[in-house]
Amino acid sequence: MLKDITLGQYFPGKSFIHKLDPRTKILCAIVYIAVIFCIKSFLGYFVLFAFTALIVALSKIPVRFVLKGLKPIMMFVAITALFNLLLTDGRILWKWGFLKITYEGLTQAVYMVLRLFFLVFGTSILTLTTSPIALTDGIERLLSPLKKIGVPAHEFAMMMTIALRFVPTLLEETDKIIKAQTARGADFESGNIINRAKAMVPILIPLFISAFRRADDLATAMECRCYRGGENRTRLRELKLGYRDGVCWFVVLIFSALILLANYFQVSGLL
Amino acid sequence: MDTNEKLIEIKNVEFLYESTEEPGGSRVLKDVSLDIKKGEFLAVLGHNGSGKSTLAKHLNAILVPEKGSVLVAGFLTSDESLLYEIRQRVGMVFQNPDNQLVATIVEEDVAFAPENLGVNPQEIRERVDYALDAVNMSEYKEHAPHMLSGGQKQRIAIAGVLAMKPDVLVMDEPTAMLDPEGRREILETVKKLNRDEGMTVVMITHFMEEAAQADRVVVIDHGKIIMHGLPKEVFSRVEEIKEIGLDVPQATELAYLLKKEGFDFETDILTADECVNKILSVYQSERGADND
Ligand SMILES: Nc1ncnc2c1ncn2[C@@H]1O[C@H](COP(=O)(O)OP(=O)(O)OP(=O)(O)O)[C@@H](O)[C@H]1O
Ligand SMILES: [Mg+2]
Repeated sequence: MLKDITLGQYFPGKSFIHKLDPRTKILCAIVYIAVIFCIKSFLGYFVLFAFTALIVALSKIPVRFVLKGLKPIMMFVAITALFNLLLTDGRILWKWGFLKITYEGLTQAVYMVLRLFFLVFGTSILTLTTSPIALTDGIERLLSPLKKIGVPAHEFAMMMTIALRFVPTLLEETDKIIKAQTARGADFESGNIINRAKAMVPILIPLFISAFRRADDLATAMECRCYRGGENRTRLRELKLGYRDGVCWFVVLIFSALILLANYFQVSGLL
Repeated sequence: MDTNEKLIEIKNVEFLYESTEEPGGSRVLKDVSLDIKKGEFLAVLGHNGSGKSTLAKHLNAILVPEKGSVLVAGFLTSDESLLYEIRQRVGMVFQNPDNQLVATIVEEDVAFAPENLGVNPQEIRERVDYALDAVNMSEYKEHAPHMLSGGQKQRIAIAGVLAMKPDVLVMDEPTAMLDPEGRREILETVKKLNRDEGMTVVMITHFMEEAAQADRVVVIDHGKIIMHGLPKEVFSRVEEIKEIGLDVPQATELAYLLKKEGFDFETDILTADECVNKILSVYQSERGADND
């Protein structure tokens, strides 16, 4: 059933990482990503790996959940690696016809793969340990200084919340419509692409009509519950920075410094 | 219902949707006057398109009357500066629970209204706990709404407006999309709120058995209030009710049919129990008459 799709991939828990303020986690994830792109030595990746392992251990998330994030990008990683491997000029290590592998190409490919892997690890840990609500709250608060220059931070967060709330409902509805149309003899599986696309029309039209009706109902219900935008709004859960966030920033900055320092200790010829 | 204090006063309200305005087009509400008393459980009946939802939307200033006035706890709904005073006093629950829930976690959803009102976090917490407890859904506070049953979702929607601490709960066919189990849950919840918390309840419904449990019933037809009174009084006018396309509770229907057959029955019977007792007593007295 379509309904079983879980949204995001939040893995509930009460670990140190889970309890961090979402703002800290979002900003640290950004720092983490920036650091990934600054690394120029394998030693740096080694330190980054140690840091990542520490975070995963602290978060008490089963490693396979973190690794699961790699699955959808494996194809992409493989292709990128192959291009880097075969199309980089430099000292030739191996040659066959027009195909060649260079020392630089090999290094480049390995770096690329590592970068992509760590990119996925970083973002996965963020979304695994932060509920969608906390994420939107965090984003709203981080963007709120920009309200002064007209960035609709509250509206943006509200939109995300409502979208997250309605995705399962609309998926369920799609499921129902597909079944209803199938029962009337609609065929979604055979024919060429154009026919299949045409077959989608009787699904999309009822879905859109219903989505608009829901939006109208929801707007009325929100008005009835005194909604009037973000101004003077309070929250059930206030975001509060605690000692944990301090500790987290300290550790993140130390590791970032170590990793960047590692760039200067590149041992030539070390692969 | 011991106090006779009026909570809502609807006076000679006329209303027409602008989008349908056509010369000579008939109004959706015609000269509607109705007082809603503190603590009462009022049921509103009427067939499709009779104007029930339109009337409900007048109670919390979603719509304002074209002519006439609506006073909620002394506040005039046409005064825009009082909008939020009025809306937080009138909790409104609609038909489709899916389209009323805003957040992805139950307690976050219940907190939505107090958050909008700028209530401080500790008090929001208290209100959320109180509201979830009042609808008996405390154990689900960290669940995602889309994993709950229809009746449970609708109870969350009720909790969501209870968190505003309203004076009156206005419900527009809250059970129409639910299965019998969900319907029973909602009716129980509403009756409990009315009985234990003294909550004033206005419930629009198509289910006569639900209306029969109210303190008072109002029947609307073509935008006019055509009957009001105790459920017994209203439903005993079986023929008039059928004329406007509505039903009466099954027990009343049976009593009505038996009466038509010449038995000694009155149509002021609402519940199956009353009906059974009446049939027994009629049966015994007839048998007694035969034995003589
Ligand atoms: N937004 C609107 N714009 C124009 N006309 C409307 C609007 N909403 C309702 N109406 C019309 O007003 C009349 C009364 O509608 P209302 O929704 O109040 O009826 P109702 O008694 O609640 O019916 P139901 O039992 O179907 O819910 C109907 O004729 C309807 O077509
Ligand atoms: Mg209606």
